[in-house]
Amino acid sequence: MAEKVYDVAIIGAGVSGCSIARELSRRRGSFVVLEREDDVCCGTTKANSAIVHAGYDAMPGSLMARLNVEGSRLMPGLCEELGVDLANIGSLVVCTDPEARPGLDDLLARGEKNGVEGLRIVERDELRAMEPNIADAAVAALYAPTASIVNPFQLNVALAENATTNGVEFRFDCPVGSVRRGQDGLWHLGVPDGEVVAHVVVNAAGVYADGFHNQVSAQKLTITPRRGQYFVLDTTAGTHVRHTIFAQPTRMGKGVLVSPTTAGNLLVGPTAEDIDDKQGTDTTSEGLDEVRRKSAITVKDVPLRETITSFSGLRAHQPGHDFVIGEVEGAPGFVDCAAIESPGLSASPAVGRMVAGIVTDILGLPQNPSFDGHRDAPVNLERLTPAEWADLIARNPAYGRIVCRCRHISEGQIVDAIHAPLGARSLDAVKRRTEACMGRCQAGFCTPKIMEILAREVPGLAMEDVTKCGPGSGFIVGHDKHLAPAGKGGDAR
Amino acid sequence: MRHADVVVIGGGPAGLAAAIAARQGADRSVLVIERDVKLDGILNQCIHNGFGLITFNEELTGPEYAARFEQRAREAGVDFLLDSMVLDISNDRVVTCVSAGHGLVQVQAGAVVLAMGCRERPRGALNIPGFRPAGVYTAGTAQRLVNIEGLMPGREVVILGSGDIGLIMARRMTLEGAHVACVAELMPFSGGLKRNIVQCLDDFQIPLLLSHTVTRVEGEKRVEAVWVSEVDEHLRPIPGTEVRYPCDTLLLSVGLLPENELSRQAGVELSRVTRGPVVNESLETSVPGIFACGNVLHVHDLVDYVSQEAAVAGAHAAAFADAQAAGRELAAAHEVPVEAAGGIRYTVPQSIDPARMPDRLTVRFRVGGVYEHRAVCVYLDGERILRRKRDILVPGQMEQVDLRREDLLAHGTLDKITLTLEEA
Amino acid sequence: MTEEKRRLTCIRCPRGCALEVTLVDGVVATVTGNSCRRGDVYARAEVTNPTRVVTSSVPVAGSATAHMVSVKTAGDVPKGAVFSVMEALRDVTVQAPVRIGDVALANVAGTGVDVVATRNA
Repeated sequence: MAEKVYDVAIIGAGVSGCSIARELSRRRGSFVVLEREDDVCCGTTKANSAIVHAGYDAMPGSLMARLNVEGSRLMPGLCEELGVDLANIGSLVVCTDPEARPGLDDLLARGEKNGVEGLRIVERDELRAMEPNIADAAVAALYAPTASIVNPFQLNVALAENATTNGVEFRFDCPVGSVRRGQDGLWHLGVPDGEVVAHVVVNAAGVYADGFHNQVSAQKLTITPRRGQYFVLDTTAGTHVRHTIFAQPTRMGKGVLVSPTTAGNLLVGPTAEDIDDKQGTDTTSEGLDEVRRKSAITVKDVPLRETITSFSGLRAHQPGHDFVIGEVEGAPGFVDCAAIESPGLSASPAVGRMVAGIVTDILGLPQNPSFDGHRDAPVNLERLTPAEWADLIARNPAYGRIVCRCRHISEGQIVDAIHAPLGARSLDAVKRRTEACMGRCQAGFCTPKIMEILAREVPGLAMEDVTKCGPGSGFIVGHDKHLAPAGKGGDAR
Repeated sequence: MRHADVVVIGGGPAGLAAAIAARQGADRSVLVIERDVKLDGILNQCIHNGFGLITFNEELTGPEYAARFEQRAREAGVDFLLDSMVLDISNDRVVTCVSAGHGLVQVQAGAVVLAMGCRERPRGALNIPGFRPAGVYTAGTAQRLVNIEGLMPGREVVILGSGDIGLIMARRMTLEGAHVACVAELMPFSGGLKRNIVQCLDDFQIPLLLSHTVTRVEGEKRVEAVWVSEVDEHLRPIPGTEVRYPCDTLLLSVGLLPENELSRQAGVELSRVTRGPVVNESLETSVPGIFACGNVLHVHDLVDYVSQEAAVAGAHAAAFADAQAAGRELAAAHEVPVEAAGGIRYTVPQSIDPARMPDRLTVRFRVGGVYEHRAVCVYLDGERILRRKRDILVPGQMEQVDLRREDLLAHGTLDKITLTLEEA
Repeated sequence: MTEEKRRLTCIRCPRGCALEVTLVDGVVATVTGNSCRRGDVYARAEVTNPTRVVTSSVPVAGSATAHMVSVKTAGDVPKGAVFSVMEALRDVTVQAPVRIGDVALANVAGTGVDVVATRNA
């Protein structure tokens, strides 16, 4: 049997790869997304500030600036269409050093040059009225009313779900090794069970993008994982600030942000550490100390004792500090979508359009007349009136059975997440789709229950085989009095 | 809207004992709302023995202890709403809950007893650096997996924290076939009961490392090792003392937190020390008609004390509901604050009205450190009325003293009651 | 005559009394530090023939409400037999319905003590 030849193979199912996939699905063609992890949203997209930046930060004329502003304009419509949580809360870049005050004007000017709307400087009194917990030293701030917060898990999942509904194939646990252009002029990607062959390859591999790029180009690309560590505070702290609070960058370096999240938590971070390890998503005591210290620069009394978890994520940084997007010279049909560091989430709708446009031009793909860009938002109990909820329970009692008691997530929602397109197969996948386990008990109560539901709903999945995040991350190593020998069971999968 | 004279939130040991007491003496409707499909709360998974010595004068396992209270509650005619999660308690005592079987239900309560229990402090609250792989569990989650599901969450185990659940799980994991390398405790003393150190650790030669903590978790997908360091007197890890323990599991037993989200919604004032409601001699919170007991009020060491305390709360809730039903106003309270001093971290109750207190009132408290050869003293505005010698007081153990109403009344005007520790 | 003193922590109740046992020629002469009679009994047993209650869970078949039933030894077993008790329970499955006190395994590991259910299922 002849191997299937795809029109496009996208490496990476993060927000960039999935945005590209969805945009491509507006066209007729065969598309596949190859993801090394067990789910979408497992790299940079799952661990960042969850901000839709207004776009004043990037240098005018850069790709970053253009796609940030364009992406943040597209974001509300996209979130509406895909049923993703977005809140337009605005952001403040806070100046706490009177001498650095002119820097805010520069930032304002830069933002206006980038085309950001509504920017203005707010002075001390107005700033305090807007943010009662702003640091006493704050003298003024740049206010960006278009800045928003978004749920990055939902966005990534929704893009992927909608892409697959429109015909895009996804392969998980499918790390790409070698990339080579064959005599046939096609791209051959080495994967665990053989090869994937495609006319066009899109390299959206996050911190690993340089590895693929450098296989096909003499112009070497270096992606440095830039680690950012964060604290997540309980929803009891979620209203400590109302806007996303940035610190004005000074000679002393960049500060950390303090921001509400769409789920009502407070996010504090990140650090910015260039590291060598592309899997170095561990937190360090030094990093967490730094976040703790810096959070006090812009916001007073940040209730860090309400911390429910800490995490770290890696941004795909390259020395030129701009996105690297385009067909690689000397490698026809190999399209980079690399170095998508902050504001990559904000830019993702525009990144998707741009890359899909490049690919469409290469292949001349026709319109897909059956494309449907709408995705129903999953059930969100908090958005329902009591009558609506009661009605829902009458139709399906599972929506009345609360599994995650911290966030009030019902069994019905978890079952929906499992049976959705590209449905959840692991605990973290359930977590990203439903926000179960993201509350203050951090999965202490609901882990066994969600394992049970997964085992019941996923054909062939036994409770003892449920994982946290795919192969090698099993929870269970045997039955009472019957431990599997080491190397079997959870840790061997 | 449904009505019940007394609504009890939570069907664990506290809720059951409160409900039984609320049914005493009159034919009141008492409704227990429980989020699980089964009553008895956490006792279901506490299959070890050591329960009931005070209540039943025999040593029972958790499920046996709970079964006796469950049977009493059923015989007493308590109503139950199982598999139902309370979403909201209003300050005029309308309780809203949701369940698969009944949908959204609202109940107007004459009085409410909070008995939601507590949850375990998760890893995130400790900020242990490192990765976030599978294999990190709170001791209670592991307990549920092993005892209720029959599934083993690990084979080579390090335990952080020497709370009782951690100690109990050290033994359970060992008996079921795992190996426990050590129990690391941040403080220079254990937070668990001495008997548990003997029968859960010493019996199995499991080392207890006092003044140690976990400083790093290795393993991206599943725990591969944890690093344990000694800490200095400021509880900071001492560089150079790290020891790497290859393992696949880290269990956390690092404290219990009363679950007071509902209390907060109802406007109940919470103590920063106990993280539970501030209560008066009737175990009534700052919101009239809302009472609290058990681990939602303050974390207990023994279930027997939970049952005792809950019975008091249940009886007072019933009295409040009776007065409501009869349109009677309860006499206004003249609450005297109870101050915790000299190493005592907190007291429950936090205030007492001598006129309303019973002839004997149990005041429960915990100390903040290890104290040897002390006397627990009670002062009424500087006049000592009680002095009880104790050989040793430790934070892991709840203490209590009984106050006599006649002593308080005899004192006359009273501004402050002080509990303190003095040299014996 | 040899006199030996041993310090123990009583495990019979949560109070955890610090006990001191004096043995004369290997025979218990006195027990001090205990607050009740149980402590005395415990101390004497602990230095001569220590015993424990063992608790565990075993699978239950045919129950709609539970996968596992908690069990205990109905009385103390020799401390040295604890792991033999666990081994004996290794392949025990009980059949629903089960009531508290039902025997799951009689005379476990030859100790003369039964293993009984501690929950209904």
